[in-house]
Amino acid sequence: MNVDLTNIKPYGDTLNDGKVQLSFTLPVPMSDEAIEAAKQLMYKMGFDNPQVVFYKELTEGYTFFNCYGSCSHSVDFTKIHVQKVESSTMTMDETDEFIKKNIGRKIVVVGASTGDDAHTVGIDAIMNMKGYAGHYGLERYDMIEAYNMGSQVPNEELIKKALEVNADAILVSQTVTQKDVHVKNMT
Amino acid sequence: MNSKLGLDFQKVAKAKQTAQHIAVEVQKFADNCTTVAVERTLCRLMSIDGVDENQVPLPNVVVNAIHESGRLSDGVLVLLGNAMIATNLSPQAIAEKIANENLDITTFKSQSQTDLQNVLQPYVNTAIERIRNNRKRREDTISKIGEGAKPYLYVIVATGNIYEDVVQAQAAARQGADIIAVIRTTGQSLLDYVPYGATTEGFGGTYATQENFRIMRKALDDVGLEIGRYIRLCNYCSGLCMPEIAAMGALEGLDVMLNDALYGILFRDINMQRTLVDQYFSRVINGFAGVIINTGEDNYLTTADAFEEAHTVLASDLINEQLALLAGIPEEQMGLGHAFEMDPELKNGFLYELAQAQMTREIFPKAPLKYMPPTKFMTGNVFKGQIQNALFNQISIWTGQGIQLLGMLTEAVHTPFMSDRFLAIENAKYIFNNMHNLGDEVEFKPNGIIQKRAQEVLEKASQLLEKIEKEGLMSALEKGFFGNIKRPKTGGKGLAGVSQKSEVYINPFINLMKK
Repeated sequence: MNVDLTNIKPYGDTLNDGKVQLSFTLPVPMSDEAIEAAKQLMYKMGFDNPQVVFYKELTEGYTFFNCYGSCSHSVDFTKIHVQKVESSTMTMDETDEFIKKNIGRKIVVVGASTGDDAHTVGIDAIMNMKGYAGHYGLERYDMIEAYNMGSQVPNEELIKKALEVNADAILVSQTVTQKDVHVKNMT
Repeated sequence: MNSKLGLDFQKVAKAKQTAQHIAVEVQKFADNCTTVAVERTLCRLMSIDGVDENQVPLPNVVVNAIHESGRLSDGVLVLLGNAMIATNLSPQAIAEKIANENLDITTFKSQSQTDLQNVLQPYVNTAIERIRNNRKRREDTISKIGEGAKPYLYVIVATGNIYEDVVQAQAAARQGADIIAVIRTTGQSLLDYVPYGATTEGFGGTYATQENFRIMRKALDDVGLEIGRYIRLCNYCSGLCMPEIAAMGALEGLDVMLNDALYGILFRDINMQRTLVDQYFSRVINGFAGVIINTGEDNYLTTADAFEEAHTVLASDLINEQLALLAGIPEEQMGLGHAFEMDPELKNGFLYELAQAQMTREIFPKAPLKYMPPTKFMTGNVFKGQIQNALFNQISIWTGQGIQLLGMLTEAVHTPFMSDRFLAIENAKYIFNNMHNLGDEVEFKPNGIIQKRAQEVLEKASQLLEKIEKEGLMSALEKGFFGNIKRPKTGGKGLAGVSQKSEVYINPFINLMKK
C-alpha cells in the first residue's frame, strides 16, 4: 500500500480512514441535545461521521464525551520544514575530558528553581549527583563545580551567589505553569 | 498481631523507642521557644481578626509591635492581659488601637499571673468552646448522615478562585470524593502572614484564608447533606504560618491538615528551629480539634530514589509519629505519608510497593495512612498513566490504606480537568469494590520477595534512626539524611521570628487542649 505523502491523514486501522479519538466536556446537562451538540462540534472541528461512544454527566450541567470521528483534513508531508537543533551529545567522561583539554580548569555552575517556584525535580535532575533516567547530574562531573541552590530562590540571591563563586554559567529552572507565572518571573 | 510479612515486632518497638528519644530531644527545644507565628496564633484564638488600612492582618500588627520592642519572649498574652486590665478593652479593640492610634502595648503595668489568667479566661474559653463544638458538629454529622469507607478518596481543587473551587469541589463530592483539599496558591507557605477575606486570584491554587475556609466548609456541608455523606475539608498548615492556619482551620471546622515541619524544612527551605516550634503548637491545636494530620514523607521520593530511599520514609514516619504523640495527637488522627513512586520499569516494582505499603500498615495499625500516587514517572502517555494509578489503587485496597490521594492520568500534563477527576474516582471505586477483600484472602510466601523487602526496609530504617539518635534530628537534617537535601540549622526562612520564652511567658491553650 502506498502512502500518499502529499495527503496524509490519521491512521486507525485502514489507510486514510482519518480516525481520531478525543474526549471533552461540554458545560450542559446530559441530554439528547448535548449529544447532538458534541457531534455538531466535531463536524466543525473537521470530523466526518462523528460518533459519541460514551457520555456521562460529571456533575450537574457538565457532560463528558468520548468520541471518534474521521478527520476530513489532510497535510502535505513533503512540504513540511522543521528547524532542527543540530548537536551531538557527549558522555560525562567525554565532557570532563573536553573541559580539561579546552578550558583547563573546572567550570563553575550555579543553579536554582527561582521565584515562588517550589519544584526542584527539574533542577535536581540536571544537577544532583544521582541525575535522572541514567544520566548523572553535574555534581558528579569531575570538571564541573556545581552549586544547586534548591527551590524558591529569589533572582537576586541567585545572581549574588553566581558572583560570589565566580560562576561560568547560571541555570534557571522554572515550572511551566498554565497561568504563565514563570514568564513574569523570568522577564 | 500476626505479620503477613514476618516482621519482627520487637524490632518495630525498638525503632519506635529510638524515634521517641529523637522526638523528645526536639520537644525539649520546642518547649523553650516561641515564634511570631505562635504568638499570632494566640491573637487569633483571642478573637483578634481583620486587617489594617494596608491590609496587614491585625495579629501581625500586634505581634510585630511586640517583636520590634524586643518583648517577643514574654509572649503576646502577658502584654495583652496587662493592656486589657489597664484599659478595660477587648483584645480586638486593643489590636485596633495599636493599628490606628499607635497604642504601645508594652507600656502597661505588669499584672500578677492570677489577674492575667482571670482577664484572659473568657476569651480562652470562647475559643476552646468553639473548637470543641466544631469537633462535635463533625462527629454528630458523621453519625447522622454517614461517611465514605476507607480508604477515603482525596482529591484536589486548585482554581485560584474560591467560588470556582466550590463548583469543582461539589462536583468531586457528587462523583464520590470523601476529602477535598484546596491547594494553596504558589508561594503562600513563605508568606509570614495569612491573607484576609475571600479571594478569587491565585496561581496553581487558592489562598488559605479564614473566609475561604468558611465558604468551602459551607459548600461541603451543603453537598454532604445532599448526597448523604460527610465530606472532609483539607488544607495546608505548613510553612511560616503553620499554627495560625491550624487555629483558623479549627475555628472553621476543617477536618484534615497537611502538617509537617520536616517537609517545610526540606522542600520549602523554612528554618528548622522556627518550624519545629511552630509545628508543636499547630499539632496541639489539630489534635484537640480532631483534625487528621498528613505528613509529607512521600515527597522524599520525588528527589531521592523510591526504591533505594524507602527506609527514609519509614524512619521519618516513625519520628513524625512520636512528635505527634508528644503534641497529644492520637494515632487515629495520624495520616502518616508514604507513596507509590518507583520507576515503572523496575522489575517486580509492584511487589516492592506492595511490601512497603503492607509494612507501613502493620507498623502503624491505627493510623489513617496517607498514600500518595505516582507523580515522578507519570508521562504524557495518559493511557499508561491510568494503569499506573490502577496499580497504585490495587495496593491501597489490598493493604488497607486510610487516605487515598487519587492519581490523575494527566498528572504530567496539566492541573486536572473535571473529567480527569471523574476518571480517577471511577478508577479507584472500580478497584476498591472489585478487589475489596483481597487483603483478607492473600498471604505472602515466607521469605519471598515481598517479605524480604519489608524486612529489609525496616532494618535499614532502624539503623538510620539509630544514626539520627546519635546526631540529633537537626544535625541529621543538616547532613542531608532525608530526600538527599541538606539544610543548615540557622539557614532558611523565618529564623528571625524565633525567641526563647521568658519567665513570665504564658500559653494556657497548650494544657487545655492536650488534656
